[in-house]
Amino acid sequence: MIKLFWILTLPLLLAGAAAAQTAPSDKAPGDAKHGKDLFARYSCYACHGFSGQNGNGARLVPMKFPQAGFIAYVRNPPRPNQMPSFSAKVLADTDLGDIYAYIKTLPDSAPPASSVPILSQILSQNQ
Amino acid sequence: MAKIKKVKVDRRGFLKGAAVGAASAVVTGTAAEAQEQLAQRNATAQPNATTVAADTGIRPVVSSRIIEKPGSDFMVDVLKTLDLEYVAANPGSTFEGLHESLINYGDNKMPELLTCCHEESAVAMSHGYYKIEGKPMMALIHGTIGLQHASMAIYNAYADRVPIYMVVGDHADGAERASGVQSLHSAQDMGGLVRDFTKWDDQPYSLGHFAESAVRAYNIATTPPMGPTLITMNAELQLHPNTQTGLRIPKLSRTAPPQGDSAAVAQAAQWLVNAESPMIMTERTARTPNGMKLMIELAETLQAPVSSSERMDFPNRHPMAGTGGPGYEPDVTISLEVNDVSGTARAARARNARTISISSIDLSHKANIQEFGHYSEVDLDIGADAEATLPALIEQCKKLITPDRRRAMDARGAKIAAAHQEIRRRNIELASVGWDASPVSLNRLCAELWPQIKDLDWSLVSWQGFISGWPGRLWNFDKHYQYIGGQGAGGMGYGAPAAVGAALANKKHGRFSVSIQTDGDLNYAPGVLWTAAHHRIPLLTIMHNNRGYHQEVMFIEQAASIRNRGADRAHIGTKLWDPDINYAKMAQAYGMEGFGPITDPKDLAPTFRKAIELVGKGEPAMIDVVTQPR
Repeated sequence: MIKLFWILTLPLLLAGAAAAQTAPSDKAPGDAKHGKDLFARYSCYACHGFSGQNGNGARLVPMKFPQAGFIAYVRNPPRPNQMPSFSAKVLADTDLGDIYAYIKTLPDSAPPASSVPILSQILSQNQ
Repeated sequence: MAKIKKVKVDRRGFLKGAAVGAASAVVTGTAAEAQEQLAQRNATAQPNATTVAADTGIRPVVSSRIIEKPGSDFMVDVLKTLDLEYVAANPGSTFEGLHESLINYGDNKMPELLTCCHEESAVAMSHGYYKIEGKPMMALIHGTIGLQHASMAIYNAYADRVPIYMVVGDHADGAERASGVQSLHSAQDMGGLVRDFTKWDDQPYSLGHFAESAVRAYNIATTPPMGPTLITMNAELQLHPNTQTGLRIPKLSRTAPPQGDSAAVAQAAQWLVNAESPMIMTERTARTPNGMKLMIELAETLQAPVSSSERMDFPNRHPMAGTGGPGYEPDVTISLEVNDVSGTARAARARNARTISISSIDLSHKANIQEFGHYSEVDLDIGADAEATLPALIEQCKKLITPDRRRAMDARGAKIAAAHQEIRRRNIELASVGWDASPVSLNRLCAELWPQIKDLDWSLVSWQGFISGWPGRLWNFDKHYQYIGGQGAGGMGYGAPAAVGAALANKKHGRFSVSIQTDGDLNYAPGVLWTAAHHRIPLLTIMHNNRGYHQEVMFIEQAASIRNRGADRAHIGTKLWDPDINYAKMAQAYGMEGFGPITDPKDLAPTFRKAIELVGKGEPAMIDVVTQPR
């Protein structure tokens, strides 16, 4: 259960830390189409979901890193036992830039729970 | 099976044989003697059977081929005393005698035979059945080949401390068995094939011995620590007439679960009552519905958080459910029926905290397979059944609680309850992430399902590990039969048959069973879908179809990263695509209604409604949902 707690909360902590360190970048240079192919081919979806926001890994949407911060994170993630690193030998900076561009195209599909009737009902259910 | 060559003897053949016999006689004596012998034989008019056999080599018809009272009928008498509702089996010739006795002599009742397409399914169905019904089901297994098929499911049950009542056939008598398949399906030590992960086994050599061992096997299987037991049943005992007199069936004596030593329990109570931040961890405590009540009583008495995994030990919306919230560091942790306490104990030592363990696991260990985990350096180790020990522990705690301690506990409890509430709220907020995503997110799948089942008497008959625990984060689990937990030993292929077995147990109680079924697991032995359809077992199966062995994708990705290689080949050997498997069609092929594949989350709710209605009528149904990986 403790392990499960960290699996569930770590993505939030990471996303929060990233937001605190860097300002969001709204420009995404790179080839998003190629990035989509790489996102699937290099199994990014395995931890982050095809949506970029569902799974064991950190929530990538909305992307809170600038491109340089994203590349630096992927090269040297703080918890490599959870997030595997990808060296320049495996994925060049331009490839990571393309993946970054693709992630920026993914829609942020996380409405407040109170605005989703089903979730709102669950929130209001008694213990 | 050896084929018996039948030789037809007609009149011409008989006369020819007689003539040859006569000629033989002539050459061995004088002509006069031969004539005299021939005259004598003719005088008898018809040859007797012995003569025919002697003359032609044809075996006479044996009227005693009919066995009115086979040994396997007595075996059924024994089994009927053990309150076994079902026997799951894939048919096999080593138990054909008992099979026939069960369906004819036993009238296919108590136990009723369930047709399974794989021995692994038969054992895993029994596994799931126990977790709902709290008593064992019987798995009848074919010698050597069937037992090897069953072995993985047996190991899962062993590691999950689940009693399975297993009987395996064997052509044990080398003088009686035929060459070929009968030999291939025989063993000198049948139980040895699975002894490393069965609690007890025996191979009786008489019906009286069978009766004693059969009753003993049931008692051993159901005494904590529980586990599968195996009786090897010789084919000869089943098939030969029962000529034993004075046979009796022993009464089933139940061994009371062991309670903890009273001094040790008193010590545990003292530490817990005086702790500033106690924690309760549990894996397999609640053997019975009362077990969950006792867990609630302990948590409320101590105002301590309860971290529960594996089984339905504690209600997930109880204010004490969880780990106490961020920053809660236990100074005393009590682990109840936790398989491996080493990590908890190690962390506790590092901060000078204490660890208590109450578990029956240490009362029965085997040497080979290392499922027991690391040696746990706990401060107080009580070798006992936790549920049986809880009443004494609770009573001791209540005696020691002073008004001051009560005030401190209540203050602590309020903080824990607030933290629980906050974690619950955050989990529900997280459930909206990827709400409209396609493939469908598991949070949305579980959120959409909940309002449609919450007013039914529902039961989740699948594990939450591969679905990010979303039911536990969104639904309200407060009854002991609402969750069956995982495989035990992490062996895939358990999920689908365990769900069918659990749904079978729920059927007579009128409960609605739902399984969120992983695709990799189902493909081990999907024939269990047919078993569900054939036996009209109401079960809604919702496919978590992420098209792969997803955990392994992540493992390969990690391994490639460590070796500075790309993860672009991680799909090789791990993915179930190209072609994609259509589970709706698979369900239809096995005889149940199949819906989907669903890729748009907006299609979930209407499809759930249709399928739930069908299952409510007593049928199994399946919905194929193409999902996010986790």
